[in-house]
Amino acid sequence: MQAVDVKGLLERHRHDPTRLVQMLREVQAAEGWISPTRITELAGALGLPRARVEGVAGFYAFFATTPVGAYRVLFSDNITDRMLGSVALRERLCAKLGVGPGEVRADARVSVAVTSCTGLCDQGPALLVNGHAIGRLTDARIDLIARCIEAQAPVEAWPPELFRIDDVIHRKDLILSSSLRPGEALRAAFARGADATLEELLRSGLRGRGGAGFTTGEKWRAAKLAPGPTRFVVCNADEGEPGTFKDRVLLSRYLDLVLDGMTVCGFAIGAQKGFIYLRGEYLFLQAPIEAALAARRKAHLLGRDVLGHRGFDFEVELHLGAGSYVCGEESALIESLEGKRGIPRSRPPYPVTHGYLGQPTVVNNVETLVAAALVTVNGGAWFAKHGTAKSPGTRVHSVSGDCARPGVYEFPMGLTVQELLDACGAKNAQAVQVSGPSGTLLGPAEFRRKLAFEDVATAGAFTIFGETRDLLDVSVNFAHFFAHESCGFCTPCRVGTTLLKKSIDAIAAERGTRRDVKVALRLAVLMRDTSHCALGHTACAHFLALHEKFKPTIDRRLSSLEFLPTFDLDEALAPAREVTGRDDGQAHLEDT
Amino acid sequence: MSKTFTMDEREIPFVEGQTVMQAALADGVYVPHLCAHPEFKPHGSCRVCTVKVNGRHAASCTLAAREGLVVENQTAELRELRRELVQLLFVEGNHFCPSCEKSGDCKLQALGYELEVKTLHFTQLFPDRPVDASHPDLMLDFNRCILCELCVRASAEVDGRHVFALSGRGIDKHLIVNSESGRLADTSIAATDTAVSVCPVGVILKKGRGFRVPIGQRTYDAAPISAMPEGKKP
Ligand SMILES: Cc1cc2nc3c(=O)[nH]c(=O)nc-3n(C[C@H](O)[C@H](O)[C@H](O)COP(=O)(O)O)c2cc1C
Ligand code: SF4
Ligand code: SF4
Repeated sequence: MQAVDVKGLLERHRHDPTRLVQMLREVQAAEGWISPTRITELAGALGLPRARVEGVAGFYAFFATTPVGAYRVLFSDNITDRMLGSVALRERLCAKLGVGPGEVRADARVSVAVTSCTGLCDQGPALLVNGHAIGRLTDARIDLIARCIEAQAPVEAWPPELFRIDDVIHRKDLILSSSLRPGEALRAAFARGADATLEELLRSGLRGRGGAGFTTGEKWRAAKLAPGPTRFVVCNADEGEPGTFKDRVLLSRYLDLVLDGMTVCGFAIGAQKGFIYLRGEYLFLQAPIEAALAARRKAHLLGRDVLGHRGFDFEVELHLGAGSYVCGEESALIESLEGKRGIPRSRPPYPVTHGYLGQPTVVNNVETLVAAALVTVNGGAWFAKHGTAKSPGTRVHSVSGDCARPGVYEFPMGLTVQELLDACGAKNAQAVQVSGPSGTLLGPAEFRRKLAFEDVATAGAFTIFGETRDLLDVSVNFAHFFAHESCGFCTPCRVGTTLLKKSIDAIAAERGTRRDVKVALRLAVLMRDTSHCALGHTACAHFLALHEKFKPTIDRRLSSLEFLPTFDLDEALAPAREVTGRDDGQAHLEDT
Repeated sequence: MSKTFTMDEREIPFVEGQTVMQAALADGVYVPHLCAHPEFKPHGSCRVCTVKVNGRHAASCTLAAREGLVVENQTAELRELRRELVQLLFVEGNHFCPSCEKSGDCKLQALGYELEVKTLHFTQLFPDRPVDASHPDLMLDFNRCILCELCVRASAEVDGRHVFALSGRGIDKHLIVNSESGRLADTSIAATDTAVSVCPVGVILKKGRGFRVPIGQRTYDAAPISAMPEGKKP
């Protein structure tokens, strides 16, 4: 660990408070945690109240405000990691290193804990060590990691093979087979003009690939027409939904298409500035993205008078997240871009009129921007020929779980669940989770349904559970995910996700009763109806679906009783026994 | 002609820019709320003011009033949702009303009565939250914090001191104060700050005045919170 040069850091970030999350990332990376002294220093230099900086540091999971190990190991804890054996691998590493889960070893060398899905579901189980991703974990690789830690080798000097990330593509269609050169979409946009580019996008019928499915052309037009001295384009590369990893592949292999899409958007709506908000888990993409931005500046694809087009200036800045799923929600993302806690804003007003710094802002998913670039070159009619009437175009699926060929698949919209199962070699699937924990659980009776906005809407995740899996384990995993990722702003989601986690844990441990199920179902209604944002609205959907479609999975673990005490009275007396130094029969409840 | 919307079959007049809750309260119709306060911008975090508008649920404190809205307020369904939200706030903290200085003046307790919270229904979380008695004139009992952010907003917007903020997230979200030691005594707070008086529950308390007003003569001993004019509430 190297003490950070605070003065240099502040200068590099232009003393700009909107870059606070970026500055905290650097402090964390250099010193291994964010100390109270650093918080005071940064607050003083930025002219922010100290408590506000502390609040930001305390919000993001990757920021440690109390010391963690010099090597901080975080195991990806998605259900797919678990299905691939991550729990045993974590225990193995803990045993090798002599450290308990969630603890810091006495010599402060190492700590081992868990984190939400790191987006390597097709090459899991995975972990992060000081922010660097390692996939395809095996016993041998775990042992190698333990040796590197005990040898105190800097992570940069570990065998590079450990950090290899694969782009596994199994089927290409419009997007993934594109051979457009950098800037080609931009030239097409200049040739058409801003208004006609927008018209073409409207004609394509393209709908957002990030989940909500809002018509992209309408979004761009609204931002263009909204009053404001300046406008912004944001590429949402937070990809936080467990089971999704297609944006990682797009950013790795098709980065110039993404940047072309952003720049076309800037041209069409009249923006001069764009941001890529990249999830912190994809740290390995930072250097390639920075390099691509530099190359595009050199090639006049960014900067003043882009490609010689007088009066159109466009720049793109990269921001990294720091471990927060809710920051994928567009208004929370904007708060984070402004250097704040990632709390979803009250909407309306929407980002298209009041976004980054209160200005009209288009937030689009990575895949949406790529599709927009293709539409700009090939036209709206070309795009609309593919897919279905209500869901034109293609969709890139992230396929993982129990199948022969996990990876990325591009298909026209409207593909059935069964067709995708066949394509990836999934036999005897018991269920599929479409669109991640916030999405839909489907059983075989529904495998004929179509993956399209008008039927089963999806943000791209497709997670398969074979016949031997216990689906309650899936619900347990999802409940823990939401409790960990709730931002805590509103009462129903803040308290509800934790209570739901406790109820489902109790059921899984065979300590649950019918009452736990009833309480969980009530919580589901409460969270759906009263939460502030879509995270809370959908956080119970997995349990509702399990109860509706796979009820025996729950029932067989229930205790036959209607009521069980939530705590063990005798256990509660343990501290008293310890203090009084007694352990005789009379000091125990069951013996009295 | 002023514009109106309908709430439980009553016409509520409003002026442009008012929220549904502001218009209702101004017209003498009570909508339960905790994090909303007439002097501060709508916040929308406690969700106790949830209503149903044209069949959809929404927080009335952040919902702009519009001509012709059909709003449900006092229905059995909404009362149940609101009761459960208040129950969640109770189980999230540690509330022992009989020994609390705020008892009788407390909005959470008053809402508990209003919404007929007879049991806590949900599993209590019993968080471990040490009190801060470092300040000579004030004390902080975090056990009762409902995270409404009124003190955060008051200290920033009215007192100009930024004494309070939130840190953590999810169930670990908590109130912090503006000092490296984390102690209230090391902040610039004064007992006369609006941030002190605005606390709707028993977190920010003035020292040395315990039970000066006897139980039985406190705000909500006189009338339930729904019958109390907005200006009379502490
Ligand atoms: C909790 C939550 C997380 C989200 N995460 C993402 C994400 O990681 N990536 C994304 O593109 N959209 C995400 N969204 C959707 C965004 O809010 C937004 O709708 C989207 O970025 C708009 O882009 P699109 O129109 O191109 O789909 C999330 C929404 C919620 C409620
Ligand atoms: S629903 Fe959850 S994530 Fe969304 S604002 Fe409320 S607490 Fe935050
Ligand atoms: S803050 Fe209110 S609800 Fe909590 S203990 Fe005090 S009086 Fe009771």
